[in-house]
Amino acid sequence: MFSFGDIMSEAFVLILNWDRNLSEIVGLSLYVTLSAVLLSCLIGLPLGAMVGAFRFPGRGVMTVILNALMGLPPVVVGLFVYLMLSASGPFGPLQLLYTPAAMIIAQTILVTPIVAALTKQVVEDLHGEYAEQFASMGLRPQERIAALLWDARYSLMTVALAGFGRAVAEVGAVLIVGGNINHVTRVMTTTIALETSKGNLELALALGVVLLVLAVLVNAVVMALRASAVRAAYA
Amino acid sequence: MLRRHLFSLAAGAALALGLSGAAQAQDQFIVVQSTTSTQNSGLFDHILPIFQDKTGIEVRVVAVGTGQAIKNAENGDGDVLFVHAKAAEEKFVAEGHGLQRSDVMYNDFILVGPPNDPAGIAGTTDIVAALTKIAETGATFASRGDDSGTHKAELKLWKEAGIDAAAASGDWYRETGSGMGATLNTGTAMGAYVLTDRATWISFGNKGDYQIAVEGDDRLFNQYGIILVNPEKHENVKAEAGQAFIDWVLSAEGQQAIADYKIDGQQLFFPNANG
Amino acid sequence: MRDTVMDMTPAEVATRIPLLEARGLSFDAGGTRLIHDLSLSIPEGRRLLIMGANGAGKSLILRLLHGLLTPSAGQVLWQGQAPDEKARRAQAMVFQRPVMLRRSVLANLNFALSVHGVRGAERAAEAAHALELAGLSELARHPARVLSGGEQQRLALARALVCKPRLLFLDEPTSSLDPASTQRIEDLINAAHMRGVTIVMVTHDMGQARRMGDEVIFLHAGQVAECGPIDQVLGKPRSEAARAWTQGRLYTGTTF
Repeated sequence: MFSFGDIMSEAFVLILNWDRNLSEIVGLSLYVTLSAVLLSCLIGLPLGAMVGAFRFPGRGVMTVILNALMGLPPVVVGLFVYLMLSASGPFGPLQLLYTPAAMIIAQTILVTPIVAALTKQVVEDLHGEYAEQFASMGLRPQERIAALLWDARYSLMTVALAGFGRAVAEVGAVLIVGGNINHVTRVMTTTIALETSKGNLELALALGVVLLVLAVLVNAVVMALRASAVRAAYA
Repeated sequence: MLRRHLFSLAAGAALALGLSGAAQAQDQFIVVQSTTSTQNSGLFDHILPIFQDKTGIEVRVVAVGTGQAIKNAENGDGDVLFVHAKAAEEKFVAEGHGLQRSDVMYNDFILVGPPNDPAGIAGTTDIVAALTKIAETGATFASRGDDSGTHKAELKLWKEAGIDAAAASGDWYRETGSGMGATLNTGTAMGAYVLTDRATWISFGNKGDYQIAVEGDDRLFNQYGIILVNPEKHENVKAEAGQAFIDWVLSAEGQQAIADYKIDGQQLFFPNANG
Repeated sequence: MRDTVMDMTPAEVATRIPLLEARGLSFDAGGTRLIHDLSLSIPEGRRLLIMGANGAGKSLILRLLHGLLTPSAGQVLWQGQAPDEKARRAQAMVFQRPVMLRRSVLANLNFALSVHGVRGAERAAEAAHALELAGLSELARHPARVLSGGEQQRLALARALVCKPRLLFLDEPTSSLDPASTQRIEDLINAAHMRGVTIVMVTHDMGQARRMGDEVIFLHAGQVAECGPIDQVLGKPRSEAARAWTQGRLYTGTTF
């Protein structure tokens, strides 16, 4: 009934006839996802590094919680954020529901545990190597965190990419808090869900291919940045 | 060095969030809580630009099942409710969540089924009799199961037939718990009968070899209503702009715009506002 | 005779109060006492070696003195006082296996200087000078982790010295290096010593001990078996443990 040739050629046509509507959707997807990944890194990198590098009471519990939160169902996060931002909720007066900001908040909640848990692992391994040297140099806690994050920067790019992957592919949470409003909160994944529900399966899959291409491009850009950063650092 | 980077990133993110909030505040827009059937049919894409050109008010549609749309509107997350479940809408108004309810338009529900017609009901017009035969033969039936307007209409019909379909849930009665389009995708894939609104069916792109089995029964009438969310309950409700939209939809011009919307020459919705 | 610090002139304080002192240090791990009641004092400018067989506790003592480990009993004093952050920053340590940050050679030095609050032009000058002393100027932009073992250890030493410590701990810094690399490390250490840096070094190498040490503490099973001037301890050892070691025998006794 469906041929993958048809789907690929439909995807190709979509990309060839790139219109303003598609630009808008792709642009919003990138804006929401990259903002969420950025915020998640701002929270998750130091948080993960602290759990990875320091011994403190409750560290084990925190590790378990972070690891468990990596599996948060997006719909649950979406509902939670909806209840927070709803006009009847505690943050209703901010009027953020059905805006890109609400989608960014939901995705940040989804991605932060991933960034924090993976950062913890990366930093813990590195800290095992550096701990005595740092203690010898008399580094203050914040200096340790900064140095560990900086020295783990190339591994942490992969961590950020893992977060990006989760966020860009996510539909359940952004659908609930964004509302999939045309020209306002419609992103790649909610468009795919909408086209699927309209029975336009080829179009939906073709959009999926575009999303995939987008993800590949972002990964390629980050990897290229990483390579040139390595070159620049040691030129 | 790293700290400086992080700081500029944080500032950038805060700025981005702030800007998006500010941009929203400037535009005049309303949020309409509506249903997947109106959205998926493409009706809004047809009528909303006309309204926006005339008034400058942007209409943002959140399309969910009628049950969820009503719930969202009760929470004040929307200015206008535009759904199709008259009893639930009247309850919404009676409880003070909304102001006056007005009829806007109607279309009808149809029962679609596979070409081999396992219940032997193709071409009939008595929906209650058809549902009874489906239950008797145990032919598969896919239900929305999501408290939507279509789901409520379907449950009412089972009740009239005196059949407790929910008791067969998981057997021949399959509750998908999802939207109209998703239920059609699922139902056609499993060879089940599906009750759908005509607009969604006409615009649905994945019909396969499915056909309309039952149509034309008065009990399949599908009325859409529109209600302004009560601004006294939720002060964020944009009563003026919301009322402007309602007035326009009920006006001769709005009604004509609805009537003009066709797919493949077929009219999808029939305006019937009283005013 | 005056016998309290309060009565002495600063010059007298400097000569009479040791730079670093250990009083009754013990260290337990997993229910075993690894260091027993160790006391020593290190005057400023001294070169003290810590020797002993594998497992005698040499590295442990270095870490206890440097404050990387907390003693189970006893205390370490810096100029007669409990060490504070300032004391910590007046000390540096080079490990047996150099710990290289994942940065360039120059950035490794810059990092140490930044931690000590040295920035800008001063930092650039200090780092360049340290690179030159260590013979690493050509490699400044290379990633530190691709250097050879000898180069890495020279960088570790340069990084330790660039912040001008008063006391330098060295944990077998040349144990895995060839003679030429060893020579360069020893030269750098000696140069530091000439500038007044106090040296505390663990070594297994008797030749190195004779070249580099003023005094030696010989450890056996976590206790001081013998201590004194290098030539005396290595030339005419009084303890059975030191005698056995200098003769290349394994000593497993519990007395000295």
